[in-house]
Amino acid sequence: MDLYEYQARDLFEAHGVPVLPGIVAHTPEEAKAAAEKIGGGIVVVKAQVKVGGRGKAGGVKLAKSPDEAYEHAQAILGMDIKGHTVHRLLIAAGAEIAEEYYFSILLDRANRDYLAMCSKEGGVEIEQLAVESPEKLARVSIDPNDGIDAAKASEIAEQAGFDADEVPALAEVFQQLWTTFQKEDATLVEVNPLVKTGEGKIIALDGKVSTDDNADFRQPGHAELVDEQAEDPLEAKAKANDLNYVKLDGQVGIIGNGAGLVMSTLDVVAYAGEDHGGVKPANFLDIGGGASAEVMANGLDVILGDDQVESVFVNVFGGITSCDQVATGIVKALEILGDAATKPLVVRLDGNNVEEGRRILAEAAHPLVTNADTMDAGADKAAELANK
Amino acid sequence: MSIYLNKDSKVIVQGITGGEGSKHTRLMLKAGTNIVGGVNARKAGTTVAHQDKDGADVELPVFGSVSEAMAETGADVSVAFVPPKFAKAAAEEAIEAGIGLLVVITEGIPVQDAAEFYNLTLTKTDADGNPVTRIIGPNCPGIITPGEALAGITPASITDAGPIGLVSKSGTLTYQMMYELRDIGFSTSIGIGGDPVIGTTHIDALEAFENDPETTAIVMIGEIGGDAEERAAEYIKANVSKPVVGYVAGFTAPEGKTMGHAGAIVSGSSGTASAKKEALEAAGVKVGKTPSETANLLREVIG
Repeated sequence: MDLYEYQARDLFEAHGVPVLPGIVAHTPEEAKAAAEKIGGGIVVVKAQVKVGGRGKAGGVKLAKSPDEAYEHAQAILGMDIKGHTVHRLLIAAGAEIAEEYYFSILLDRANRDYLAMCSKEGGVEIEQLAVESPEKLARVSIDPNDGIDAAKASEIAEQAGFDADEVPALAEVFQQLWTTFQKEDATLVEVNPLVKTGEGKIIALDGKVSTDDNADFRQPGHAELVDEQAEDPLEAKAKANDLNYVKLDGQVGIIGNGAGLVMSTLDVVAYAGEDHGGVKPANFLDIGGGASAEVMANGLDVILGDDQVESVFVNVFGGITSCDQVATGIVKALEILGDAATKPLVVRLDGNNVEEGRRILAEAAHPLVTNADTMDAGADKAAELANK
Repeated sequence: MSIYLNKDSKVIVQGITGGEGSKHTRLMLKAGTNIVGGVNARKAGTTVAHQDKDGADVELPVFGSVSEAMAETGADVSVAFVPPKFAKAAAEEAIEAGIGLLVVITEGIPVQDAAEFYNLTLTKTDADGNPVTRIIGPNCPGIITPGEALAGITPASITDAGPIGLVSKSGTLTYQMMYELRDIGFSTSIGIGGDPVIGTTHIDALEAFENDPETTAIVMIGEIGGDAEERAAEYIKANVSKPVVGYVAGFTAPEGKTMGHAGAIVSGSSGTASAKKEALEAAGVKVGKTPSETANLLREVIG
């Protein structure tokens, strides 16, 4: 899960990373009160959106007084930044910035370890810096079992070209950011910019943190970080039913088993759609290995809750679960749904005991169900039905 | 021949007494696997009753630790059916004990745990400096050498032994492809898993298939996320002489959404299916638009 800046700030603070005072505001009144609470001096009003480039879009403004914070808040709240509506602001204390640096720790999939990156040139697009001046970006591999100790932290700062007298203060912050990465089960901790103030203090001014959903069982605090307001209602419903569902923009609802097969099904439906008025897959839904009647019914229920859906393609490969069990699951699911099932279903079964599975579906002869022999034929039929 | 797993492999099951462990121990035995025991510290000293592929009763001993199981049985392969919470401890136990092959089936392991136990294997090396333990997975269906042995959850009934080597990030796409090509058969089929950090990679499997005399053609299945397929493409161009056909899933996946597998995510412009397909094609790999087209391409190259 990608976090908002204010959530990253809170996590940094909890792990000892130096940050500026900051308060979240949802209304201009709250923004004004926050500015007063911070001390009544200069504050920065920052749009909280999970997308870059908000400064250029006018989502970050300096306010010299609480009244000015109110005005800026009024202008920024509700603003659209690259398709993201601003619902909340971070009111942060102003800082006298002497220098801007860059620091991050991220999961390195290719090397199967972590990568720390650091540059004396912060506040810029780091992808751009990496391409244009790679020599200015230090890249240090981190062994997951060793982490960033004092020596490793100093190595990173030295490699980025910092002077010896600057290294200790930076190394301390790098270690605190490592603690944040490790203790929060993060896959990314990025500070851009990491600033040095006029007084020589190092402060994390803007942060980005992504956490690992697989670690939720040992991160009880992460549930509170989910932004339910921003969640798609169908995705939220699916999640409540333990279904692995992603809403897309299309007309053919998809149910399948196994992440790879479902992704493949979406692609095959999209190709088939090219011959049928450009219809597209409406969702990703992986019902896993079991494919019981209840799971099938819950899945169909979520998919049929999508008004755009005109047909549904059920694509299941019977492996451990044989096709007769899957077919029985589909028949029972349609019984459970009754009149709620309104759209045509194309079912393609293959694999273990497929003849029996197809026989069960044929015998049930549900008026909404069409059998398909292959994945390609099923996708074509479902696309055709969605285009009617 | 085959890669990584054969009829002589002696297999133990970590979590043999659990629901999944028990069910798949039964299926692995039925597939002919030489399972010599299991591990569960709380049930050490007991046995579990199963039947081998001929239907004869077998009593499998349950040991307190992987090292004890290895010492008593000579086991060289472990298959772990352990919940995510305990998976890291189970994997580290097997690595510390020096198991040769560790297949981690578990889905939902925190990626930092996987990074930690994978990197532990790099510190336990043999005389040549190679890690003693090869990990397959996590979040994978495991490995099957049809007609000989199964270490994982791949349905053994799909197909028999043959000349095709298969390596895939996805379980069900593996089954689908084995089913499409069931008349030809497979030397070994290996599901490497859909997590961001995995042990055995596409490249490892490609190297092993290239060196396996029984394998004459290779199917490589990838999906969105990371750049493993791009790196595999470079490897194929430089090192693989056998014909390889490919398939990539996830062309319609939107940016920033995890598609089922924890590792299946397009981030910005990286990890897209198109980039992977292009890289593979640039390396001379024929890439199918659908699984069935991929199967047909394989038929063409195998002649």
